[in-house]
This record gives sequence, structure tokens and C-alpha cells, in this order.
Amino acid sequence: MPIKSYLAHPHEGKKSELVQALTSISSCEVIPAENNDLLIVITETTNNTEDNILKEKIEAIESLKLLAMVSGFDTPIK
Amino acid sequence: MYTSLTNRREFLKKMAIMSAMTAAATMFPGILFAEEQEKNLPKGGNLDWKKAPCRFCGVGCGVLVGIDNGKAVAVKGDPKSPVNKGLCCVKGYHSVMSIYGKDRLTKPLVKKNGKFVETSMKEALDLIASKMKETISDYGKDAVSIYGSGQWTIPDGYVASKLFKGCIGTNNVEANARLCMASAVTGFMTSFGIDEPMGCYEDIDHADVFVLWGNNMAEMHPVLFSRLLDQRLKRGVKIIDFATRTTRTSMAADKSIIFQPQTDLAVANAICYEIINNGWVNKAFVEKHCNFKKGLTNMGYGLEDKYNFNDKPEGITFEDFKTFLQDYTPEKVEKVSGVSAKDIKYMASYYGDPNKKVMSLWCMGMNQHTRGTWINNLVYNIHLLTGKISEPGNSPFSLTGQPSACGTVREVGTLTHKLPHGVVTNKEHREFAAKIWDVPAENIPAKPSYHTVEMFRALDRGDIRFMWIQVTNPMVTMPKLKRYRDACEKEGRFIVVSDIYPTPTTDIADVILPSAMWIEREGMYGNSERRTQYFEQMIQPSGEAMSDTWQIVEVAKRLGYEKQFYYNEATHIEEIYNEYRRHHEGNKHAMAPLEVLKAEPGAQWPYVNGKSTKWRFNAEYDPACSNGEQFHFYGNKDGKAVIWQRPYEPAPETPDDDYPFWLCTGRVVEHWHTGSMTRRIPVLHKAMPHAYVELNPEQAKEMQIRTGDQVKLTTRRGEIILPASVNERGVPERNQVFVPFFDENMLINDVTLDAFCPISKQPDYKKCAVKIEKV
Ligand code: SF4
Repeated sequence: MPIKSYLAHPHEGKKSELVQALTSISSCEVIPAENNDLLIVITETTNNTEDNILKEKIEAIESLKLLAMVSGFDTPIK
Repeated sequence: MYTSLTNRREFLKKMAIMSAMTAAATMFPGILFAEEQEKNLPKGGNLDWKKAPCRFCGVGCGVLVGIDNGKAVAVKGDPKSPVNKGLCCVKGYHSVMSIYGKDRLTKPLVKKNGKFVETSMKEALDLIASKMKETISDYGKDAVSIYGSGQWTIPDGYVASKLFKGCIGTNNVEANARLCMASAVTGFMTSFGIDEPMGCYEDIDHADVFVLWGNNMAEMHPVLFSRLLDQRLKRGVKIIDFATRTTRTSMAADKSIIFQPQTDLAVANAICYEIINNGWVNKAFVEKHCNFKKGLTNMGYGLEDKYNFNDKPEGITFEDFKTFLQDYTPEKVEKVSGVSAKDIKYMASYYGDPNKKVMSLWCMGMNQHTRGTWINNLVYNIHLLTGKISEPGNSPFSLTGQPSACGTVREVGTLTHKLPHGVVTNKEHREFAAKIWDVPAENIPAKPSYHTVEMFRALDRGDIRFMWIQVTNPMVTMPKLKRYRDACEKEGRFIVVSDIYPTPTTDIADVILPSAMWIEREGMYGNSERRTQYFEQMIQPSGEAMSDTWQIVEVAKRLGYEKQFYYNEATHIEEIYNEYRRHHEGNKHAMAPLEVLKAEPGAQWPYVNGKSTKWRFNAEYDPACSNGEQFHFYGNKDGKAVIWQRPYEPAPETPDDDYPFWLCTGRVVEHWHTGSMTRRIPVLHKAMPHAYVELNPEQAKEMQIRTGDQVKLTTRRGEIILPASVNERGVPERNQVFVPFFDENMLINDVTLDAFCPISKQPDYKKCAVKIEKV
């Protein structure tokens, strides 16, 4: 059950478009920086396949310039 | 139960947010997030976070490993690490999952009548020791050998070298780093007289232009590449990708320049020509700090057994060098390299501009090259002629692929000619090592024996009878693999393999020892920027797995070397590290004390007066400089660096009518080298399940080949069938194909060539001739 965090850099002048595009995806949570062209994106999916599909979906957003993964967690399988 | 899982997920989510905020704050100091701030996040939880260097690549990211009830469950980038500043790539993030693959080796196995049977660790170690004794008494000490790795921790490599070179008395010690960075070493040694980069990753924050020489950083060094992209966002730096194929790096670069295989030699010389021709030479720097030399040419390619080559360097003048470069005008080089004179001039203009700081970066493209030492020299020439070296942002920087290729193979010196300090051919160096090792100096032979390719050839011939392979998978990575696989399976050879999973190499073993992996034991790695990083044991080893260090110590004791292997099991890593540090005492290479490594996210040698050295050979930063000048290349006796006259020479096997394509091999971002760990991480395996052959899209169309079609590749060594990949990840030029080597079910190295650089003895995996047919 992957939970990942990314730093997303928008293309110049496209920050709000990127926020909008990301918030419309249900498994994404977005935290935009107030004073910088940068967003934190948190993704929460139920399995790795879903996670891969989601990543592809995010990477296809036109206003996105660069997506860099910071960390990720798997809920431990007990 | 359900509630607890939900809480856990909420907690992990908050941790993920916190990591991202911390990373963002490192990259953009003062950054503010409106909705959540760190103070609102819960502290603690029941995960225990411990620091370690990442298990995988030579970037050496600092990671924090989350331990829950004795199990490693999570990884995040360490925001305190100056290497990655909180970032982490897809491999690093999933690294803990590679500990828990279903088929982990947990018990020693011995081959009996062609089948592996379980045995106890004691019996397996007894058997190894008795086989070694028997082999030495029947065939001599040069019939036993050890083949290790750039994934060996520093203590692993140190005890291996001490046992084989110091105690047994054979120089049959090699490591897989011969296959990945030997040319970088000989490049440094010939140009500067001392190994490893003068600069550090901090150069990225100062350089204005980055030239990537055959280096697909986006896939191979993703975190460093993110740092480059980050600098582009912040400062508008330029990234130039100079490569033989279009990759993710080319797509992200500001400019992609494609050259024909092997002609990087000609282009580098053309850049030097331009620098001189346009008056961009930093004359004061060159006069004070450089000598000019030439060496032998037409050296051959090491294709025959027992091939031997010794260069004969000869001093030349600046004028001689200038005359030599007349053959390398951009217009002439355009014809052989396929790079337009305009693009050559474009690259040269950045190197030549005194107001631009330039960082050159490279890895396998330049090192796995039959003229690997030369191309390393040539890139240094460019930086030396312009004086763009050893200062923040002006930096020729050779990257490594393995987590401790530098720390263990290069610094401990686990190569046939090396000692922890110096080389076996030097009497003083032998005496110095012998004293610390507590062995007679005569024990250490003065002559190097076999480099990696020759070591496997010796095994084939029967000159070597016993080989111990640790943390590496040569039955996937050796070039012209079939010959060496057959050699291992010959009668009268005894092979021990220490590893964590079954691999094609454990298949050919007589004894398999289960090894403790990464944080299942204590150790240190040294990354590409001279940074030594410590990790503690965080979890229990799987089953009976034992660290590679302790396996060697146990065998050494059985061979009668109790005096030299006096270490206490509970404290042996500390004892070994402290002993090892004695080899590097002094301003040029002092290693940080263990307490510092435990407290800090690593330290960079030379570590002097409580301080890491970021830029070597520059008196402002490097305490070893002593000539009273701003720069001191103290690796060479005269304190000067060498500018080498090295020509362009073709590859040993070039496409012809029978084999009309170039075959280049390499890596992919998802898998780490032979995939023995990353293929057991489901998400990575699913993302990249098997190898493929990349074709030029236009040519694929002409040949009616589509993605997924079966394609036969035939070279003079054999044939292999692979699915085609067209217009997917990378795009080769016409008459070139690319195949990744991670897949043990599609062994591309069965068809590669075992030609190597005569100086470094590093094989060239990037160039041989191949025929392509749709099946
Ligand atoms: S870039 Fe290399 S060291 Fe860093 S996380 Fe990825 S694999 Fe590990």
C-alpha cells in the first residue's frame, strides 16, 4: 500500500494550473508552497500497479516540468 | 486491527509530507507551505529511524531506514546528507524490500553429485579452508584467488587483501570494479599521480555548464541529475549531453550532441585544438602546474591470453602538443565523429570562456572503453589547459556505479597491483603494509598477477584452481561470458560464492555461503566524492547468513592466521577500521575517525584537523598542498599534473558487411546492475521485467520490426534473441543497438567482446559488431 511524496516543479507561470490538475486526481494530495514555484504531492494508492499508473498520469500533466520523488512508504505487511 | 492500520497509514502519510517539506527547505531555504507546517506533524511514532548510505549506487545518498519490530519497513532520504539533501530515487526508496525476497539464501550449501545440499556454517568454512590449503600445496599459492566487489564494505575488502596479499602471499585479489572504473583510476594516476576526484558534489551548486560525457545520469545517477535540474530551475545552468544514443538524459538536457562510438577521443582533442587556436589557454596555470607527455600508441586490445602492455611515457613540449593537434581541427573531426564542427566549437567555447565554470561528468561511457585511460586523460587535458580544475564549480568528475567502488576497491586497494597505501611493485609500500598487517614484508609479492579478465582466463587455463567470489555476479557480467562460464565448470576448479540470493554465479559454485546484507551487519561504504559513510547493524541477518568480513576472518583463522586476525566478533568492524586508517595516515589521505562517521552523514578524506576536504590540490581547501602556490598536484613528485598527447584510435571490432551494427550494453534506472536484488522488488521487476534490444526507429521500420517482435543478435561470439524496443526509453542512432545487461535470462554478455584498455585492463562493453535479424 504505497504512500509516496514528491516535489513537483511547474512550468513557468503554470503553478495554479498544476495545482488544479493534481487536485482533480483523487489519490493525490497537494500542498503548494506559498512563496515558491514548488508543490508537494502526496500519493496514496492500494497497490504498486495502481501507483505506477498514477505516476504516469501525473507525469503526463502538461503544466508539470519536473517530478522528483522524496520518500515513500509501504504499510508493513504483518 | 483495522483502526491500527489506518492510524499507521495516517502516520506514514504525515512522515511523507514531512520528508518532502524538509527536502524542499534544503533546496529552497525559507520556503513556506500554507496548509501544513512541520510543527503540526506528529513527532516519533513507533518507527525507529537510523541512518545509512544507500545500498545501491555510487552516488551514496544518505538514507534513513525505518525499523519496526526488528524489520526494516521504510526508507526516506536523509535531509542532513549533503549528497542528496533528503531526496531519494526509486531504487533507494525500495531498497529495504530487497532484504526480504522469498528466496534469500539462509543456509550454506555444498554441491554434492551435482546437487546443492544444506550444511552447517562451520562445516562449510572448514571445507573452504581445507580446499584452499590443498590447492596451495598442490599448485602453489598463486592458484588461489578472491574476486570481490565495489559492494564490498571497507572491512570486507580490507580483510580479503590482508589475507591473500599479506598472509597467503598472492596478489590474486581482484574486484568487479575493474569492470566499471579501472580506467578512471588509471586516468587519475597518469594525469595526477593519485586516485579519485579532486572535487565533490558541491561543484554542482557552483558550475554554470555541465558536460555529460557518455553519461546517462537521468537513469544511472538520478539524484545527482535532480540536483543538476534543480540548479537549472534556480540559476539557468546549461546541461550538454554528449552521447552515442538519445536517452532520458538527452531529452532533459539543453543540448544533445551525438557522436559515433569511440570518436569521443577525437572530439576531446578537437576541443583542445579549439582552446589553443582561440587563445583560451590559461597560460599562467599551465606553465606553473602542468607537464606535457606522450605514451606508446597502437597498444592492441588485450584480446589474446597473457597480453601484456607497459606504457613508456616521454616528455614533450607545448609546441609538440600543438603540432599533434593539427590533425584534430573541428572540420577534420567532424568527418570521423559525426559531430558537426559547429557543435565541437560550441562545446569548446564553454570550456574556453573564462567566465563560465564547467563541470564534466562521466561514468561507464568513458571507462568501459578500449582507450578508457586515454579518454579520461583527454578530458583532464581540457580542464588543465583552461585551468578549470580543483575549485568550486570547475571540476572534471568521474562518477562511480557501486556504493563502495571508491571506498573499498580504490581506497583499500583490492586490485592485483594495489595495497591500501600504494602499490605492490614499490618496496617501501610493501614494507609499510606488512608492518601494519604483522606479516614479513617478503610475503607480499612484488609483481601484480592477474587483472579480472586474465584471472578468469587463468581459471580456464588451470593456472588458478580456487576462486572465492563475494558480492558480485560475474556469470552475468563478464564479457564473452560463455568462455568464462565453461572455465568455472571445468574439472578441478573449486568455486566459493558468497551472496544473498541464487544467481547464475551461485549456479556454478561448489560452496555457497549466505551473506548478511547491508544493514543486517555493520560496515562502511565510500562514494564517488571521497565520502566515507558508516552504517550500524539494524536488523538480524536472515537465517545463518554471516557478513562477508566475518566469513573471511573465520577462514583466515582456520588457515593458521589467528595472530593477524585477532579481531573480536563483537567489535571487529571498529578494530578493522582503526587498523585500516593507519595505512592512510597523513594529510593526503587521512580517514575520519569512526566516532565522526557515526555522528555525521559521512566525511570526505583527506580528513585533517577535524575537517573534510572538499577540493583537493587547491591550497585554500586542501591541507596537503605544500608548494606555497594556489595549486599543488602533489600526487606527482614534481607537483605538476600531466597533459597527455593521446590520439584517436579505432575500436578493435567495428561494424562491417557481416556484422553491420554497433552493439552497446548498459543499465536501466529500475535495476541495479545484474538485477539480483532489484528483480526481487516486485514494483521494480514489474516496471522493467526483462531485457530488450533498442533499435533506431527509422531502421526498425525499414526492417519491419515493431516493439515486442523477436530479434536475433549475432556476433562472432554467439547469438541471442531479444524482444525489440522501438521509440520507448532510448533511441539509438542508425546501425546501432542497445541492450541492458540486468536480465539473467537474456545474457547479452554471452555475445560481447572481452577487449580491454591496455593500461586499465577494463573491458569495453559499449562496442562490438553485431548482426540484427527479425526472427
Ligand atoms: S541515486 Fe543511487 S544512492 Fe541515491 S537513492 Fe538512488 S540508488 Fe541510492
